[in-house]
Amino acid sequence: MNDWRALQDGLAGQGYIAAPDLAMALHLSISLGRPLLLEGAAGVGKTEVARALAAAEGTRLIRLQCYEGLDAAHAIYEWNYQKQLLAIRAAAEDGETGTAVERRIFSEEFLLERPLLQAIRQPEAPVLLIDEIDRADEEFEAYLLEVLSDFQITVPELGTIAARSIPRVVLTSNGTRDLSDALRRRCMYAHVAYPDRETELTILHARAPEVEARLAAQIVGFVQAIRRERLEKVPGVAEMLDFAAAVGGLGVADLSTDPAVLHATMATLLKTEGDRAAIPPEVAARLVGRAA
Amino acid sequence: MSRVARFAARDPGVAARITGFLAHLRAHGFGLGVAEAETALRALEHVCAADPEMTRRALKAVCAGSADEVTRFDEFYDAFWLNDGRVRLRVTADATSARSDLVRAPGVDEDRATGTATGRIESPDDGGGGETDAEGSGRLIASGRRNLMTTDLREVVSPADVAEAEAVAERLGRALRDHRSRRRKAARRGRAVDLRRTIRKSLGTGGEPLRLERRTRPDRPVRVTALCDVSGSMAVYARPFLAFLSGLMRADPDTDAYLFHTRLVRIADALRETDALRALNRLSLLADGFGGGSCIGASLDHFSRSYARRLVNGRTVVLILSDGYDSADPEEVGAALARIRRRGCRIIWLNPLKGWKGYEPVARGMAAALPHLDLFAPATTLADLAALEPELVRL
Repeated sequence: MNDWRALQDGLAGQGYIAAPDLAMALHLSISLGRPLLLEGAAGVGKTEVARALAAAEGTRLIRLQCYEGLDAAHAIYEWNYQKQLLAIRAAAEDGETGTAVERRIFSEEFLLERPLLQAIRQPEAPVLLIDEIDRADEEFEAYLLEVLSDFQITVPELGTIAARSIPRVVLTSNGTRDLSDALRRRCMYAHVAYPDRETELTILHARAPEVEARLAAQIVGFVQAIRRERLEKVPGVAEMLDFAAAVGGLGVADLSTDPAVLHATMATLLKTEGDRAAIPPEVAARLVGRAA
Repeated sequence: MSRVARFAARDPGVAARITGFLAHLRAHGFGLGVAEAETALRALEHVCAADPEMTRRALKAVCAGSADEVTRFDEFYDAFWLNDGRVRLRVTADATSARSDLVRAPGVDEDRATGTATGRIESPDDGGGGETDAEGSGRLIASGRRNLMTTDLREVVSPADVAEAEAVAERLGRALRDHRSRRRKAARRGRAVDLRRTIRKSLGTGGEPLRLERRTRPDRPVRVTALCDVSGSMAVYARPFLAFLSGLMRADPDTDAYLFHTRLVRIADALRETDALRALNRLSLLADGFGGGSCIGASLDHFSRSYARRLVNGRTVVLILSDGYDSADPEEVGAALARIRRRGCRIIWLNPLKGWKGYEPVARGMAAALPHLDLFAPATTLADLAALEPELVRL
């Protein structure tokens, strides 16, 4: 019954530190065979969950990146038209009959699998990551619902393809539009927040063990302080790791020693002009002083 | 402090309790049905159900469906399963010491509290045993908030107004949204034949154009995001404006709406209710602080930093209904509008005072806002709003 702790440890083994709420939601979504919907600000590690899960379970990760105008041909399957045309041309020279050609060019050989079809045809359950579902259109969302509830796909020329294994589905959303209630109801839900100080320290330690403890505490404290400032783009976990790498790469042992270097490395944290202006070197130095 | 709720011996079992808990959540606006109850029960099989924290996480993953619901969930969970409200209530009822005021749950009315003074241990309403429902409802904390509301918007807006406002809003909404692209794009159904693609496709069929490819002008729908000021100075105009907002919302479900006075409240979900009266009822629940002071700058600032970041883009029209009388620094209004503007949207400010003869935008907040507006127009009544239509088409 403590599977979710085992799962949490498994993820930690892959360098992903999951909050208890997230680990529980993930555990339930696996046990109940339901998709997991993850929401949260950009850069809190939503996509990374799927990656870590696939690595921890030793299965494939199949990723479907959503975008405006994504349609079935890019998400599910498409016929390989060029190959079909070539086959028709070749068949004409060989004198093959029309029905035989037709049967041949609408066989699996000519079918291009896209992520959704690919995911349900794996012999071993893969992790299917549907990234930024909020960017796709509502029509696609409705279609996705159907696939996610039946796990079968109908290709008119071939018939219905049933799932060989039920993939573990992880959906992420940045909340650029409200998702439909139907989709929310089908899914387990977890909201991923920015990690607290302790968790972030553990993440930094897991990802960059070479950073010594005192500097790590300073880096995390500084980034947490920056998140509390009024910024346009709040730095996420990935930015924090970049910052740590930058600081480590420059051989800085203490953030407070050289304000100029600190200001230069902040290019990894602050990505807009307005944010750069909002935290001048003096403010940064003050934040470091408080974080230490 | 809190302990796990004790259920009476006649309690019919886990299934009924879960159903009761889901009913409790449903009463507070969670969209849960029978399927969720089943999922919740199945979920509990996979965790150690005796551990309240684990159960909390499991039920949270099943029942909560948005960030907002995740934050509210804990409160409801405590109230139902951990006797949270109940324990505090018993202190209020039994002890008449001065401490009782400190520990009482916020907003719980007196007669409810004395009703529990019988000293019995009541189980929360489990939806299964009908005998417990007299006192033990387990909903006390959250429903108590209702008593804090001073203004009921049902008195402000009548159903007839809503119907009229809806008609106006629908026309305006259409004027705003019908922005077709000037370019044409390949489409399955369209009025024009795409010659270039048809010829290209005909190569595959040996030069015979068997399938006609078509083109159409794709829709570029514009989303409306409305922010309505309901502070004291705007109270008289609240009536047409709120009706207008609900009409706008019902004409196009993608519309987003907010109220602000001293803080900003998102009312889109409340207005999306299909029944107009129920929508207004829900609105009354949200409009706590209605008719009070106004912090336009702070509210717009909050909007620009939170919702706008996700929901406002180049295809959005931000509609602000306010008189521009701000109790705080007017510079903030300008800065916030500039920030919203940077997202590429258009900003319309409808000011009820502008309809007055000899009006000059001298309110400092209004003056600071002017340079950032695409359209600054009067709007006192529904008729004024209807007259805006041609202006909006040109935007």
